Amino acid sequence: MASLVPCPHCGQRPKEEFTIKGAALARPAADADAVDWFDYVYLRDNPRGAYEEYWHHTSGCRRWIVVTRDTVTHEVAASRDAADRARSEART
Amino acid sequence: MSSYRLTKGGLVDRNAPLSFTFDGRPLRGFAGDTLASALLANGRMLVGRSFKYHRPRGILTAGAAEPNALVTIGRGGRTEPNTRATMQELYEGLEAQSQNRWPSLEFDVGALNGLLSPFLGAGFYYKTFMWPAPLWEKFYEPVIRKAAGLGKASYESDPDAYEKSWAHCDLLVIGAGPTGLAAALTAGRAGARVILVDEGALPGGSLLFDTATIDGKAAADFARDASAELQSMPNVRLMMRTTAFGWYDGNVFGAVERVQKHVRDPARQLVVERLWRIVARHALLASGAEERPLVFGGNDRPGVMMASAMRTYLNRYGVAPGRATAIFTTDDSGYALARDLEAAHVDVVAIVDSRSSAGVDYRGKARLIREAVVCGTKGRKAISAIEVHRGGQTETIAVDALAMAGGFSPIIHLACHRGGKPAWSAEKAAFLAPDGLNGLDLAGAAAATTDLAACLAEGAARSQAIVTAFGLSCPPVVLPKVEGDEGTHDSKPLWSIPGVKGKAFVDFQNDVHLKDIGLAVSEGYSHVELAKRYTTNGMATDQGKLSNVNAIGLIAKARGVSPAEVGTTTFRPFYTPVSFGALTGAHTGHHFQPVRKSPLHDWAKKHGAVFVETGLWYRSSWFPRNGEQTWRESVDREVLNVRQNAGLCDVSMLGKIEISGSDAAEFLNRVYCNAFLKLPVGRARYGLMLREDGMIYDDGTTSRLEENRFFMTTTTAYAAGVMNHLEFCAQALWPELDVRLASITDQWAQMAIAGPKARTILQRIVDEDISDAAFPFLAAREVSLFGGALHGCLFQISFSGELAYELAVPAGYGESVADALMEAGRDHGIMPYGVETLSVLRIEKGHVTHNEINGTVVPADLGFGKMVSASKPDFIGKAMLQREGLAASDRPQLVGVVPLDPKQSFRSGSHVLAKGAAATLESDQGYVTSSAYSPHIGSTIALALVKNGSSRHGEEVVVWNGLHGESTPARLCNPVFFDPQNERLHV
Ligand SMILES: [Zn+2]
Repeated sequence: MASLVPCPHCGQRPKEEFTIKGAALARPAADADAVDWFDYVYLRDNPRGAYEEYWHHTSGCRRWIVVTRDTVTHEVAASRDAADRARSEART
Repeated sequence: MSSYRLTKGGLVDRNAPLSFTFDGRPLRGFAGDTLASALLANGRMLVGRSFKYHRPRGILTAGAAEPNALVTIGRGGRTEPNTRATMQELYEGLEAQSQNRWPSLEFDVGALNGLLSPFLGAGFYYKTFMWPAPLWEKFYEPVIRKAAGLGKASYESDPDAYEKSWAHCDLLVIGAGPTGLAAALTAGRAGARVILVDEGALPGGSLLFDTATIDGKAAADFARDASAELQSMPNVRLMMRTTAFGWYDGNVFGAVERVQKHVRDPARQLVVERLWRIVARHALLASGAEERPLVFGGNDRPGVMMASAMRTYLNRYGVAPGRATAIFTTDDSGYALARDLEAAHVDVVAIVDSRSSAGVDYRGKARLIREAVVCGTKGRKAISAIEVHRGGQTETIAVDALAMAGGFSPIIHLACHRGGKPAWSAEKAAFLAPDGLNGLDLAGAAAATTDLAACLAEGAARSQAIVTAFGLSCPPVVLPKVEGDEGTHDSKPLWSIPGVKGKAFVDFQNDVHLKDIGLAVSEGYSHVELAKRYTTNGMATDQGKLSNVNAIGLIAKARGVSPAEVGTTTFRPFYTPVSFGALTGAHTGHHFQPVRKSPLHDWAKKHGAVFVETGLWYRSSWFPRNGEQTWRESVDREVLNVRQNAGLCDVSMLGKIEISGSDAAEFLNRVYCNAFLKLPVGRARYGLMLREDGMIYDDGTTSRLEENRFFMTTTTAYAAGVMNHLEFCAQALWPELDVRLASITDQWAQMAIAGPKARTILQRIVDEDISDAAFPFLAAREVSLFGGALHGCLFQISFSGELAYELAVPAGYGESVADALMEAGRDHGIMPYGVETLSVLRIEKGHVTHNEINGTVVPADLGFGKMVSASKPDFIGKAMLQREGLAASDRPQLVGVVPLDPKQSFRSGSHVLAKGAAATLESDQGYVTSSAYSPHIGSTIALALVKNGSSRHGEEVVVWNGLHGESTPARLCNPVFFDPQNERLHV
């Protein structure tokens, strides 16, 4: 019926403006094992609690963001631009 | 004997009479009435028939929980079934019809169901399913369906407008009773942005029937003055006739505002209902409490009413319940009612109190019978007597109205919408909302606070705490002085009544009675969730507002445990029903979704195009000419003309994306499976985009207009998806690449000019030399048009297999450029063609679309295996494409199909079977993906995905359509039916 998703660029916006892609997994290297690719493409955790997901602010700023959402309460603990996260993960 | 209007008293305006009809009979009420109060004022005790047993039913409540008095309001497209008469404001000319009766409310044939009642008890749905199945279909189901039900919806379309809106506030107060008013005043005076919503027409809630005084003013006057002060505050919004129906994530509340449901002729410029989503920093639920019925025999007879409802009709609407009223009470509230009735000179015959002593000293004239219960009632269409059970003796007392006061349950629904479980409080004898809710507090009767002064104080205090936490300074709260409040309603719940005679209803709307609950427990369905479903208790449109707590109490009693151990079922939105109109808002008819029209739409229209909806787009399908009887005649002519002369087709709806940046080529190299890094400037290339699982996602041509600027086209259907996907790749996967993406679909009008005369025609408007030497196949450049008047992008690409170009010009010039091309091509026989012809031309050439790229194919399946780059280190889909199953020889592969007899035809979607194989799905070898009549081949031609198809050209097969019972001998063949050497591209 309703709920709000915080966009790091636009603030709290109705979820209807967004498209959800699912788990925010890191893409394996091109030469990674077939098993890693299989995990990345097909396998998903279904945790009770905190979960990182890709959301696209499709009807807003059109940025991809990583939303940390609690699957039980739907509380959003954090949201940040996907590029920022990808860059910071590349550094580690 | 029956209910009647008093000569004075109440908030109705006796100088403003209103006429209305009930089942066609003209009646009169006053401004300020609800339909329920007006019916009672006219002595209408019988207002409906019950769901299952068709028992006569009257008005039970004065509010949102009403289970009995459901009527159909209005006529035609404005018909509104299942309207609660207790919530419907009276207006001049209102037309109401009773429901669930035939032929009339007074003589209802369905009442015979009462005789069938042994078969209609708890679990009857499940048990009757076990009866012989043919009997169920032919007899029981139709009979039960006809007999059981609610009002009927209209088949006419709703003439009224609805809309949706958002609102934001610091504090949302739900309920404008004493608690809510005190809270809103406190927060409003502190400067907070406050929204106060209430489902009623007037602010005040219980103050509207309370006889107490507040600061020396009548309670109703206090409510009026408080709301006037709130309305004078610019930071406060008072929303009446607005039901907050749900609490959602992010502290968003859903509410529906009935803007014009209380008027006869809704103003055209206004909506009738508005759906609100209210974003609140904090909310205060001041929704009050619901009085519980008592479960005794015949507790559903017209004339039996909730005590608080009877007091509301008396004090707010000036309606007396009858001439001889009895009150069955388990708490002190019954005495307040007795006092008010006697003050209005309405005789109270008896007060039956289940307790040995009361908290008030009753000095009225009624006979007071303590330690007693009402165990049954008498009467047919209205109550005529009660049976009082005391100390093993039963006494019959003649009455024409009976109030029941079974204690109060806090209305905590919204507080439990986000997963919180209610907790039983033995001290308050009530289910309370869980503690520690984030963003929501409860106050007043919703938090089991009962007396008026305490409610006012609690509303103010909670509000003060909330706005102080926001950093606002709150002026000191001065509590008003309350006098004459009948005080606390502390009650010991009386779940089970000894000596019950006849059916004692728990859920009035779903006709669930005491024995049904007992049956559920004895048959092993005593878990509250099972009992609910087995008995259907609480599953009607009132969602058990009156019945759930009683059912829990009865289950607890039967199991010998506390209600805490039974627990509640889950509270879910909506609190009360919300109309589809409100949920739909403005999104009806042609506003249901946007319409996308190409910049060449008007050009196509003036050439007589027949349009087809594809997604949001209107695409020109074909262009009929005089004398053409069927669409096929038009399409055949267009097809032949493209291959003989030239055609012009609107392809503006292809997705167009501009990709720029110093890493644009590298980016394309990673999103396409074929190579793009070394595409020369001024050239176009066909590209295949895969998904990470290796399947083809989309295809299209991408042209390098400058070193770091590319023009990508996508299919029409996947334009938005490809844009999202590219943004994902650029932002989430490879943020290190310098690349920018812009959707330019709407900025360009794009037209295909195809046919052997295309170059000659085009050269007449293009300034540069476009001879084969200067502008060969796959050339892609910005060009000057009309002697420099306009610039566009020209691509020599072909979907038809003919010499063909696509010309993109700024959208606003699309129509005039198309006009110029038609003029330039007139002597060369140019004709417009539509997507049907486009489809025939591409099937003739074996070109694929999303009919073939259906999410299950890899490049090799479509003959594109060699396109996939073996040398690129990475691209989307590369890793998974290596899986051995995707290279298996029996994979479905693209192949052509033609019928052996050219006069025969077959449809897309048909299955391909080996010759002689049984016509079963087990024999399935593949399926036809696209088919069309080819005027060049002279028969139906088709593309298909068939196991190992590329090695089976020439094999005879059978095309089988099991749904239509069609079977066509056919032959597999090369999917390129026309000009397999591609000689025509270079004429
Ligand atoms: Zn945004």
